[in-house]
This record gives sequence, C-alpha cells and structure tokens, in this order.
Amino acid sequence: MSQPARIKPPMGHDNAWWWEMAADDKLGIQRCSGCQTLRHPPRPMCGDCRSTEWDAVEASGKGTICSYTVLTHPQFPGYEYPLIIILVDLEEGTRLTSQLVGCEPEEADFGLAVEMVIQEDPDGFKLPVFKLAEAS
Amino acid sequence: MPISLKNEAAIAGIGMTEFSKNSGRSELQLAAESIKAACDDAGISPSEIDGLVSYTLDSTDEIEVARAVGANDLTMFSRINYGGGAAVGTIHQAAMAIATGQATTVVCWRAMNGRSGKRMGQGVSGDVTSSDLVHWSWYMPYGMLVPGSWISMIANKYMNEYGVTREDLGRVAISQRNYALNNPRAYGYGKPLTMEEYMDSKMIASPLCLYDFCQETDGGCAILVTSAERARDLKQKPAVIRGVCQASTRGQEQMTSYYREELMSLPEMELAADLVYKQAGLGPDDIDAACLYDAFTSEIIMQLESFGFAKRGEGVDMVRDGALDIDGRLPNNTHGGLISEAYIHGMNNIAEGVRLVRGDSTGQPSKNVEHVLVSSGVGVPTGALILGQG
Repeated sequence: MSQPARIKPPMGHDNAWWWEMAADDKLGIQRCSGCQTLRHPPRPMCGDCRSTEWDAVEASGKGTICSYTVLTHPQFPGYEYPLIIILVDLEEGTRLTSQLVGCEPEEADFGLAVEMVIQEDPDGFKLPVFKLAEAS
Repeated sequence: MPISLKNEAAIAGIGMTEFSKNSGRSELQLAAESIKAACDDAGISPSEIDGLVSYTLDSTDEIEVARAVGANDLTMFSRINYGGGAAVGTIHQAAMAIATGQATTVVCWRAMNGRSGKRMGQGVSGDVTSSDLVHWSWYMPYGMLVPGSWISMIANKYMNEYGVTREDLGRVAISQRNYALNNPRAYGYGKPLTMEEYMDSKMIASPLCLYDFCQETDGGCAILVTSAERARDLKQKPAVIRGVCQASTRGQEQMTSYYREELMSLPEMELAADLVYKQAGLGPDDIDAACLYDAFTSEIIMQLESFGFAKRGEGVDMVRDGALDIDGRLPNNTHGGLISEAYIHGMNNIAEGVRLVRGDSTGQPSKNVEHVLVSSGVGVPTGALILGQG
C-alpha cells in the first residue's frame, strides 16, 4: 500500500514550468520580456504591456510572512495537520502562497522572515515550502 | 442613451422549498417547487415565465425546469459564474432583460442538495487543464482545498490589522442566530447560540471556527422578476429594483485575491457599492437594512466598510454597538442569513431583502424599511442590489 499523497497540480502551458523548476530545487518567478515586470501567479500575457514573451528568474527564496492560517479541519489524506499556510512577500517583490514547516503553529506570525526549502514527498514530488529564517 | 435599470423591474414573488439537511428529492424537483412557489406568491401562472436565470454551479438545465413547471416559450436564459458571487448577478440579468424587452417574466433560481448531495468546498479537481484548474493548482498541492482555508488568510490579515477579535466574529454569529430563533425556515430556529459555545467550538481554519461558517443545506429558492409597472398590479407589494450590478476588479481571483497590494479590504465589493449607489441615486445613509453575503462572519465586518456604513477598520465598532441587531442602525440578515437560516448560495438572502421591503420578515425591524441592500458572494466576482418600496 502506498501512502496517500498530496493533490498534484495539473500541468498546463501556463504553469508546468514553475513545477519543473521546483523539481529542479528552484523557486521560479515569471518575468515579462516586454517590460521586465515580475508576476505571480504566472499568466500567458503581461497585463501591463500585453507581451506574451516571458522568461523565469530564480528567486532568492527569502521573504516575510504577509498573512497565514492554520488549517485543522477538514483533514485530507496526503497532508499533515495542523497545516500552516502562509502568504510570503518575496524580496523580489512578488507574493506567493506556500506552507510553513519546521515550527509549531503558535510560532507563525505576521512579518516574520522566512526562507524557502524544497520539500520532497515520499513519492518524489517536490514543492517549495518555507521555514522560519535563522535569526541574523 | 443607455438604459438605466433604476426602477425598471421589481421582484414580484419569492418561493422556497423547506430547508433541510436531506431533501429526499432531486435538485430539479427543488427548483420546480421553489419556482412554482414564487409564481404562487406573485399570483401568476408558471406558464407566463419566459426567462430563466441560475448559477453555473446549479446542476439543473433551464429546459428541464421549463418543462417541469410548464413555462412559456423562453426568450432569455442565462447563467452566472463564481458560486455565491452569482446571487444578485442573476437579478441583474433579469432586470436587463426586462428593461430591454427581451423577456417579461424572469425567474432566477438556485436549488441544491448542498448537504445530502454534492457539498460545496469538497476540494477542487478536474481532468481538463482549464485556466480555472490552473488557478486552483497554486493552492491544491499545499492543502488549501476548501473555502474556509482561502478566506481565513484574508480574515486573519484584516483582524490583525484592525484589532478584530474572535469575540467580534462571535457577535456577528450570535446576532444572526438571534434572528433565526424566530424564523421557522431556519436551521437556527429555536436554537440559541451563546458566546461560550462560540468560543469553545472547533477551530477549522484559524481564526475561523465552526460557527463562523455558513450552513450546508438542501433546498431551493426562486425569485420572480417582472416590470415594476406590472408588479404593482400583482398580489404582493413589489420590491422595486432601485439598482443592481455586477463587479469584478483588478487582481481578482476566485477566493484567493492574495496578490493585491493590500489585503484588508474588498475592492470588488467597493466597486459594487459605487455602482449600485450611483445607479440608485442613493448612499449608505439611505439604506435601512441589509442582507450582506455571509458565507463567513468576517465577511460581514469587511462589507460594512466596503458599502460605506463604517470607515476603514471601524466596521467592528458597529458590530460591538449592536448596529446589526433588530433595533440597530442596520439590521442585517434578519432571517439568520447563510450562517443560521440556510445556505442557498445567497438566493435566500435576496428573498429576505424582499420580505424586509414588504414588511413581513420574522425579523422585521420596527422602523420603516424603505431600502434594503443585498450583496453577492465575498472574495469572488460579486455584485450588489438595492430594493425599495413600491
């Protein structure tokens, strides 16, 4: 019996590349080739200059917690509860939704510095999550 | 000249099935029964219906409904997307159709076995890599699979910024439960909720606990819209549509508009407020009561600010002052709302808005209710409706 696994993202033209970067241990941010604007979540066209040309940059993985929630119910197979979900303001200026790992729910708070780590599930799926940054 | 929708159409009938946790019949039957009830309420035959509007999430086709109730030829049929964000959007479609002569008798309905059948928020999945599925893919792998998980992110940010406490959310839940105590249709009929019970209830997605969530309900609700002129000759006192709009704005996502500069407001609801007040020629001071969409308690407090009843960050003061209660400044969800009456995706909040204008709600305030504001879903593309007397 295999362990229940988290729901996998569908891989389409507009998002598969981001997960492929994650599989390569990288946190990607889409960058418009027309006006250099960084955007997340990714989209096929730039809402500022309407260019459909883009590439991706690798984020430093450093950011701060913009908001968070601790999920306790309902509990779905493939996830560990309590589950701390965070919005991270990346230092590059975009924001993404992710998970905070390696700490207790009580430790989560607004404005805390976090850094990305790649989590690998037993089935080999990789996703970028965050842990509290070491105190500098 | 563009056609204004102000005072063109009116709600002449409302109809509901009972609300339960297990209806024991099909969603088509719930739709047909509630539509028949709306026609009976208005005093017209279903054979006059020539327009039908529902939600994209509704499982029942218009033509099935039309055959079941024996409707007239249909000259207008339409669907609105985004879950509860569709609620007053259905009335918007009906009002536009009537004002432009595309139909004369439009019924908007929502019928669902929302507890015994397909429950809302049971995770999102699909086989086709649509833009919608890709949107959810940013949340599903992380375990954000249900509405509570999406809305709690905004609620926590807002509450932290403005000093809103769990007790404040409890006050909203209890205010609405108090209305439901007197409403025989309501889940909360005769079931009081105390602050102690609220505070002790199960945490679901912090800071939201069990009682911050709406019901899951089996039931149907239908709203019959016709011209204001004709409505005056029908059985009920008409609830005239002073203004109705849909609103979606920059950075809009479905439940996860997390990438805007700041997260402590509801820009789409502010747009809805601006549009509906302008159309109606009214402002917040003219609104006597409200049915603000309430999938979650936190949404009520934020909407008080979106619609200009309170300044930014001060919505909570209204809650603490009892403004939402029956003798308050803005009696709200006087049937119990989605939280304590039933979750019919906001259609039942529109029905209550009609009752307030007619003056026959079980939670009717003693003051004259000239204008009622009703809103669609929060955190999604939405809309607003103002109903007025005669």
